[in-house]
Amino acid sequence: MSQAEAPESEVPGTDSPPRRSPRRWSLGLLRSEIGTTFRRWRTLALLAVLAGVPVLVGIAVKIETGHGGASGGSGGGEGGPAFISQVTNNGLFLVFTSLAVTLPFFLPMAIGVIAGDSLAGEANAGTLRYLLVAPAGRTRLLLVKYATTLTFCLVATLVVACSALATGALLFPLGKVTLLSGTSISLGEGLLRALVIACVVALSLTGLAAVGLFLSTLTTSGVAAMATTVGLLITVQILDTIPQLHAIQPYLFPHYWLSFADLLRDPVYWDQLQKDLGLQALYVAVFGSAAWARFTTRDITA
Amino acid sequence: MPRNEPTEVTDGWDGGRSPRRRKAVRYGVPVAVAGVAAATIGLVPAFAGSGSPDLPKISAQDLIAKIAKSDVQQLSGTVRVTTDLGLPSLPGGGAGAFGGAGHGDGAKGKDGATASPQNKLMELASGAHTLRVAADGPAKQRVSIVDEAAEYSIIHNGNQVWAYDSGTNTAVHSTAAAHDKGARWHHDRKDAPKDLPKGLKNATPQDLAQQALKAAGDTTSVTVDGTARVAGRDAYQLLIKPKQSASTIGSIRIAVDAAKGVPLKFTLTPKSGGAAAIDVGYTAVDFAKPAASSFTFTPPKGAKVVDGDKERAKAARQHGKDFKDRKGLEDFKDRGGLNVIGKGWTSIATIKGSGSGLPTGKSHGAGGDAGTFLDGIGEKATGSFGSGRVFSTRLVNALITDHGTVYVGAVDKQALIDAANAAK
Repeated sequence: MSQAEAPESEVPGTDSPPRRSPRRWSLGLLRSEIGTTFRRWRTLALLAVLAGVPVLVGIAVKIETGHGGASGGSGGGEGGPAFISQVTNNGLFLVFTSLAVTLPFFLPMAIGVIAGDSLAGEANAGTLRYLLVAPAGRTRLLLVKYATTLTFCLVATLVVACSALATGALLFPLGKVTLLSGTSISLGEGLLRALVIACVVALSLTGLAAVGLFLSTLTTSGVAAMATTVGLLITVQILDTIPQLHAIQPYLFPHYWLSFADLLRDPVYWDQLQKDLGLQALYVAVFGSAAWARFTTRDITA
Repeated sequence: MPRNEPTEVTDGWDGGRSPRRRKAVRYGVPVAVAGVAAATIGLVPAFAGSGSPDLPKISAQDLIAKIAKSDVQQLSGTVRVTTDLGLPSLPGGGAGAFGGAGHGDGAKGKDGATASPQNKLMELASGAHTLRVAADGPAKQRVSIVDEAAEYSIIHNGNQVWAYDSGTNTAVHSTAAAHDKGARWHHDRKDAPKDLPKGLKNATPQDLAQQALKAAGDTTSVTVDGTARVAGRDAYQLLIKPKQSASTIGSIRIAVDAAKGVPLKFTLTPKSGGAAAIDVGYTAVDFAKPAASSFTFTPPKGAKVVDGDKERAKAARQHGKDFKDRKGLEDFKDRGGLNVIGKGWTSIATIKGSGSGLPTGKSHGAGGDAGTFLDGIGEKATGSFGSGRVFSTRLVNALITDHGTVYVGAVDKQALIDAANAAK
């Protein structure tokens, strides 16, 4: 008993020799969790929907400008999603447009489904207690679940970006990228910035993932956790648009989401990006520790 | 099965205590994190705001001299502009009508209108905006209005002026004659792109401070009111208060960089109290030479390029007649060509009406739908001059008599009515 408990008592983050084998073990756990998550039909369907959005946007822009003839991007600039007027000149902009289109709802909804389901789904299926029988410990299982959700954040964002890049390259010319400030950069640098933007978007979703994870520890119904996460997201997004609430808006997690566009300025405007990432870190700290407090102290019956 | 008990994970540090106690301790962690975050968010700005650095005493006279002597040619930074003039918030279409009075259909139909600088200037007149500025001597300036996922940049380099609107991917090019400051409002329409760098430069704390000091005289009390930290730099606070009671301006506060003498922050508070009506300040400033590439602009491939000079000539031909009138109407701070009653802070500009049927909204530089809209919010006023309507904002009041004469000033309503009575 005491032998088995030695690694158990390790709080993640401290480093001591006996940790080695559990770490390998939790990497194995992480790998199997990621494998399970990405093999689910539900996950694949979510990714397929996300991949379809850029294709739809690209085709819509192509048809629109095909009818419009020579006028190019002049008409589409107003009212549409960000960057859409640039798409006809450079397919790379479809990446930015697609991220701007999917970031408010599509992407976070997918994250909400995965995060909400992470623990509550196991509890619902009655598999959570079996996971805990394995010598992993609750803290480690929680971390693995969160890491899986974060992996999904990154994969989902990259799926949108890659699908947009492929669609953009097929339908529109690629070339020098015009930044918001009017300066042009080479396509290579543009691609690099697109990659950084995808990473920033993925990081922007970590706060919501932590909220979803916390909600997932509260209930044993996966559907309830998903619905609550997505409902919370929609509520917060609505609150973020009400001008009378401007005092609290800087603390709402989606408030700075679209700041990824600041990476396309010359020079890059870091102010909002820092706020965005700092806010996400705060949400991760608060809701991550809340999830930890809840998950390590509750009775698991399912 | 023992693995499934909550107690399993915890015995490392609080084993032996009751589960309930442990639970409370664990739930304390997120609460503590949230509390620390809330305290940091709440207290750090408060400390940052109250931080008044220890600086040697300076008289108001010396401080003004310091501003005048200041010869900072090179700087770059971020400016936060917050304006709350008490104007009703303008929807997109309204803003167009607001700024585009008298434009007719000349420029409105074109998509160049969205890139048109005067719309951008009107945007700055309400809400909060972030500007990035860079300057290297009088010949090179760059101003960018940072919008969400869009940017509007004006690059002035020698006699070349470019304006680029990323939202519509439109670049406006014009060539400027030699810039002389006296000609600021002199020879051209305000919405002409070539005037834009100057117009926008007005938005920097330096220019606002200079204008405020110009207005000072025996009608004004100027004092040094402590110190402050602005954009991470030590600054003196210059407090300017109108002595004339009819003025709607409560006070003007200018934070002046202690080392460089550059005004860093300009805050105008109306007499009615509340939030500052105009608050313009650097949030970051750097006095190093900006990169030369900041001042070069090549229209990006695929961008629509508008020749600003030609557009302006065309527009001037169309609106040649009412041009002089509009110039005054658009910016009543500039009193050239207008009748000005009184002096100092209580100056009132009057514009003789052309008889009846004057579109009342015009006093605000508005026409069309904005005019009818303003008509609805006007307040009836009567006096020995007859009757008219008073339009109020937090700073500027305007009286439009039924004869079409307009009295505008940063003064209270009574002063306007008195002025109208006196003119009778």
